[in-house]
Amino acid sequence: MMKAFAPQRPRATTPALFAVLLLAPLAALAHEETGQAAGFVAGLGHPVSGLDHVLAMVAVGLWGAVLGAPPIWVLPVAFPLVMALGGLIGLLGIPLPGVEVGIAISAVVLGAMVLAEVRPPIWLAAVIVAFFAVFHGHAHGRELPEGTSALLYSLGFVVATGLLHAAGILLGTARRWAAGRQAVRVAGGGVALAGLFFLWRAIA
Amino acid sequence: MKPLAWLLFGAAALAATPAYAHLVETGFGAFYDGIAHVVLTPADLLAVLALALLAGQRGTSAARFALFALPLAWFGGGLIGAHWPAAGTLSPGTTLTFLLGGALVALDARIRDVGVALFAVAAGSLHGLVNGATMTPSGASGLALGGAITAVFVVMALVAAEVTALPAGWPRIAVRVGGSWIAAAGLLMLGWLARGG
Repeated sequence: MMKAFAPQRPRATTPALFAVLLLAPLAALAHEETGQAAGFVAGLGHPVSGLDHVLAMVAVGLWGAVLGAPPIWVLPVAFPLVMALGGLIGLLGIPLPGVEVGIAISAVVLGAMVLAEVRPPIWLAAVIVAFFAVFHGHAHGRELPEGTSALLYSLGFVVATGLLHAAGILLGTARRWAAGRQAVRVAGGGVALAGLFFLWRAIA
Repeated sequence: MKPLAWLLFGAAALAATPAYAHLVETGFGAFYDGIAHVVLTPADLLAVLALALLAGQRGTSAARFALFALPLAWFGGGLIGAHWPAAGTLSPGTTLTFLLGGALVALDARIRDVGVALFAVAAGSLHGLVNGATMTPSGASGLALGGAITAVFVVMALVAAEVTALPAGWPRIAVRVGGSWIAAAGLLMLGWLARGG
């Protein structure tokens, strides 16, 4: 027959067990930097979770390929820094109006630049890219998942963004062929159209 | 609860030592714990990488200065930090070292050899101070500090030597992009620190 469960008084050994548990901090050898792997992976994954960000970042690389040297490397060097500045502004609690609209317009403008193969002076191209980078950083740079390393999340976020630029540059190398050049322009047009959709969604 | 049990309970509470909250334990001893500490502490590793990229970018002469200046300053800072626990509060400052280092790499800043060495001394001292102040309470010995600066030296030597040998063109641009990424992560980290995250 099954023994009936009844509340029991704590045994005399319970406090001793408690005491042993109190010594447990000796075994807590955890490093102060917690959630490192999770933070980096979350940061890597975050930029590719939003199509608007992905398309704009790839368009930066495509436009760099259209512009040729030196903008092809100036833009990917400048963008992460200014994007992080946007993130810093967001983290400091400074509001930026129309962030989603700004991101959508970035896709429209950058896509249109690729489509039309616009080649402004390098300083102007850098200013255009930097301007939109602030919006992307403000929107995406401050969404840290709980319990993850802020530094490695930030690093993962920046690296993923940089790799999206690299993907755009690599795709842009197709311009050396006539058909590839047209394909890059079509890709730019696609980014611009998607940007218009994002813009409509942001405003509506 | 019996009085004896309470007594035992109280004694245990008093006897409990602080948790080893900072130093990684590899199981191979203090020296390897020190190596693991640098490799697994992103702020330290990014600072060493930024310094190595900068030193390599500025050429062999600058790299030779920085190769010895950084670990020596790190060691000196560590010794001071071991006797100055308050130096642990300088931890947020370590973000500035890799932010600044990364920015200088991204800009391909024309810094003289002495400037690179001075930057290495400043960064090494600061990181060493924080390492010493945070590792010592966890029972880390001078051997752990030795492991830490060995890791710093090896990473610095390998990366700076590679960068020094890079040809002009895309490989050098990749170094600048790497610096830009490090600086960007530093900027975001400043925001997290300001936010208290």
